[in-house]
Amino acid sequence: MCTYQTEQISVTGSGKGAAGWFTVTNATVYFDHPVHAMAEHTLNIDFINPDRGPSARVAVELSAESARQLARAIEASLASVPEALIG
Amino acid sequence: MDEALTAKTVRITGHGGDEIEAYLAVPDDGSSSRGSVVVIHHMPGYDSSTKEITRKFAANGYAALMPNLYHRDAPGASPDDAAATARAMGGVPDERLVGDVGGAAEYLRALPGSNGKVGVIGYCSGGRQSFLAACSLPLDAAVDCYGAFVVNPPGAGMPLKVTPIVGMAKDLSCPLLGLFGADDKFPAPDETAELSKALDEAGKPHEFHTYDDAGHAFFDVAKPAYRPEAAVDGWRKIWEFYGMHLSRSS
Repeated sequence: MCTYQTEQISVTGSGKGAAGWFTVTNATVYFDHPVHAMAEHTLNIDFINPDRGPSARVAVELSAESARQLARAIEASLASVPEALIG
Repeated sequence: MDEALTAKTVRITGHGGDEIEAYLAVPDDGSSSRGSVVVIHHMPGYDSSTKEITRKFAANGYAALMPNLYHRDAPGASPDDAAATARAMGGVPDERLVGDVGGAAEYLRALPGSNGKVGVIGYCSGGRQSFLAACSLPLDAAVDCYGAFVVNPPGAGMPLKVTPIVGMAKDLSCPLLGLFGADDKFPAPDETAELSKALDEAGKPHEFHTYDDAGHAFFDVAKPAYRPEAAVDGWRKIWEFYGMHLSRSS
């Protein structure tokens, strides 16, 4: 099914898209049909900059388990460095 | 039928008088009395697989038109980027969908060779939208392929971006063909049975088929959900249904 579900957050950082690096301002997270992955549903993340148009996008489509592993890896990576570096 | 056809991108007048992009496929058969079909693309967008479906209708004798429902949100963007943009902007409002399908139907009726009959078909989110369009516009035949949230609201934890529309059943303007998978959870067989009951109560003609060993998106040849037996029989039922309701001259 199409879940219609969408989480959106503001982010600060950069991403590399089809036209090279650009500043990303938002991330959209949703569990729904993928465009490319061979699965009925995937956890999809779009890192975007709406001011730079629809093609300013870095997209990933991950299996649910991969997405959970990614979330744990992100948390573990941040926890392993001194707080002073993170700011 | 030699299946020769012409396909191209055109501009049509959609909801609110907006000019939007659409993909048109017309048989090269010289017919002076052909039916037409509005194809509603799925949430992943105005993509190559739905354009292929549009051409399939032309290869089978129908003029077919697929409006780009995301054109306003991302004109000229690739289909996946446009779908992502539209999603980030909240998706396609029901009112806009109806206006765009209505504009597509008018475009088809005005084409040379049209017999005035127009059907609609949609897959997945487009299944719900096909029912919505058929309850909102004067059409001649509608096909709902596994559209969810027609009867049941999205569950807890799912932001309510779409609302049930079963209450519109009394306004259905044409016969409805529903094609569903027995293993689908959204819509599950009990939801489609409830829609069938509502249509019975409203006295609206409909024909529902639920395929065993098939789940959601069983027509999608590019995904693991593809179920050839269900899809082949589903296409056969679509040709029979449209043949019955779109072939007569108005």
